[in-house]
Amino acid sequence: MGDNLISVNNVSVNFDYQENFISKKQKIHAVNNINIKIKKGSFFGLVGESGSGKTTLGRAILGANKISSGNVIFHDDERDYDLTNMNKQDLKEYRKKAQLIFQDPYAALSPRMTVRDIIAEPLEVMRITNSRQETDERVRDIAAKCRLNIEHLRRFPHAFSGGQRQRISIARALVSNPKFIVADESVAALDVSIQADILNLLKQLQTELNLTYLFISHDLSVVAHVCDVVAVMYLGHIVEMGPSRELFKNPKHSYTKALLSSIPSIDPEKRSEAIELKGEIPSALNPPPGCVFRTRCPNPGIDCKGGEITMGLTEVEPGHWVDQCCVL
Amino acid sequence: MSHLLEVKNLDVKFDTDEGRITAVENISLSVDQGEVLGIVGESGSGKSVTAKSIMKLNPGNTSYNEDAEIILDNENVLQFTSKQDLKKIRGGKVSMIFQEPMASFAPAIKIGAQMVEQLLIHKNINKDEAKSISINMLKRVGIADAEKRFNQYAFELSGGMRQRAMIAMALSTMPKLLLADEPTTALDVTIQAQVINLIKDIIKEYQMGVIFITHDLGVIAQVADHVAVMYLGSVVEKGPVNEILKNPKHPYTKGLLQALPDINNLDAPLSPIPGNIPSPLDRPSGCVFRTRCPHHNPEGKDGKIVMKLIEVKPGHWVDQCGIQCGQNG
Repeated sequence: MGDNLISVNNVSVNFDYQENFISKKQKIHAVNNINIKIKKGSFFGLVGESGSGKTTLGRAILGANKISSGNVIFHDDERDYDLTNMNKQDLKEYRKKAQLIFQDPYAALSPRMTVRDIIAEPLEVMRITNSRQETDERVRDIAAKCRLNIEHLRRFPHAFSGGQRQRISIARALVSNPKFIVADESVAALDVSIQADILNLLKQLQTELNLTYLFISHDLSVVAHVCDVVAVMYLGHIVEMGPSRELFKNPKHSYTKALLSSIPSIDPEKRSEAIELKGEIPSALNPPPGCVFRTRCPNPGIDCKGGEITMGLTEVEPGHWVDQCCVL
Repeated sequence: MSHLLEVKNLDVKFDTDEGRITAVENISLSVDQGEVLGIVGESGSGKSVTAKSIMKLNPGNTSYNEDAEIILDNENVLQFTSKQDLKKIRGGKVSMIFQEPMASFAPAIKIGAQMVEQLLIHKNINKDEAKSISINMLKRVGIADAEKRFNQYAFELSGGMRQRAMIAMALSTMPKLLLADEPTTALDVTIQAQVINLIKDIIKEYQMGVIFITHDLGVIAQVADHVAVMYLGSVVEKGPVNEILKNPKHPYTKGLLQALPDINNLDAPLSPIPGNIPSPLDRPSGCVFRTRCPHHNPEGKDGKIVMKLIEVKPGHWVDQCGIQCGQNG
């Protein structure tokens, strides 16, 4: 287990759903039977369309969503934390070590607090520092690492642009010295030129501070650029997972292939015919039995059309896992 | 040859409490029938303001310059003041598709009722005819069970379907010009591919002119015939799509292309454009891009070169300051 930071074992997350108070209680299968290992120091990417369960899985790993079955283990230096079986004290400790960066830098920062107070808040809430002086030192230190000026700290968030705000959010997430960061669509709301800046900053901080990221995004080209390992999610299942270069060069699952072909090419002469997926992602209330992708699959086999093949990953090459329905 | 739409020397200014903001300065553009003009730029570059000027949809504190002209179908839109005249363009000759389809449908009125309402305003037809036109249009954009969807509310449709319904509504009045303001930004890639193909088919079928606004250069490469690159309210480069994306001259266009992660070239570093977009309240004099330009020439740096587009190749226009800087880098 030595080099893994996070082990996710058979994790499912279900939500109860009731349309109105007389109708039957149903279950939403948001995340189903996920197994992933996130190596120390890796940039783990999670891609998929909206409704595929990326965010729910990310939140489950942070302990922000209840895990319905399975477990998540965080391997710290001295001890392991089992997220499904944790007391309050442990949870407090875990919060210092695992942090989240949000998508929308306009919504994530309180407009009534100065930047200094925003970044210092985790230190105060978690009682990490003992004096105001110590807090200020930590804040200034992390702000400098995130390329914010000292004079910025006295201002309020409204004075900043989107890119600067995202740097403030990053500083706040990093101030407690975490080891693991979940970045949930952290560059989706930014312009391309600023997106490049934030991605470079995340990379730089990773080496400087020994961070491990779970990077959630719907943008495949961004994920291909920054991540070393990628998992593709569809309707709560991982359908393909592998080292990012291998996966993007040699995709095996028809969903991954369709996703890749849908990226609009920057070359006007390559007006590629995208593999068009018919229809839309089915509801997680009653996912199709068998392979969840079969309702939209461009070339389903006879067996998977009938839903007779159960979901499950098989290793096609070292480290490259594909759902068995598309391999058979 | 006269164009379907011609915008000449347009300035758009907003009067605010903090002063007069120049949102768009000296823009000239043209769109022909059956042609797609793409407008790219970062947020705050004035893309949407330009499009809204064509329908005179900008808010009350807007002022346009005296000598600007927006000629649509041989009429100057900027001189329209009566409701009757404006009605002719808003939803009649020009339709608009917005970014967020949830926000552009009224939540408490059925989709069908909204489609019929605008047809009754613009066309001389009765309710039944309007209904059948709407349902046919919904079928045309690929909505299954069009009759059922016609009687549903916007919240009952998924994101992709809502955007299709929005497109159906915009097209049902048979506009001559379609303004698409970030129509695929809120959609997933697979749905985005569907919608882009749909828009391309429809343009071919109805031979309308389209202004396609987006910040995504990949989308532009897929749909546009011509491109205008905007920065801080000015067009810094414009021309045929192939020319602009393959042979960009302006440092801003080059910067945008370098900042874009390309899935076919994973080894290329992502290079951001240094600095931040200045506030429109203190818009730089001279070349608007000079505060962030990596290859500035001394005169451009001081703001001594006025903005002016120069034709470097037939149809390819670049700001004169940018030509010099582009050669430096």
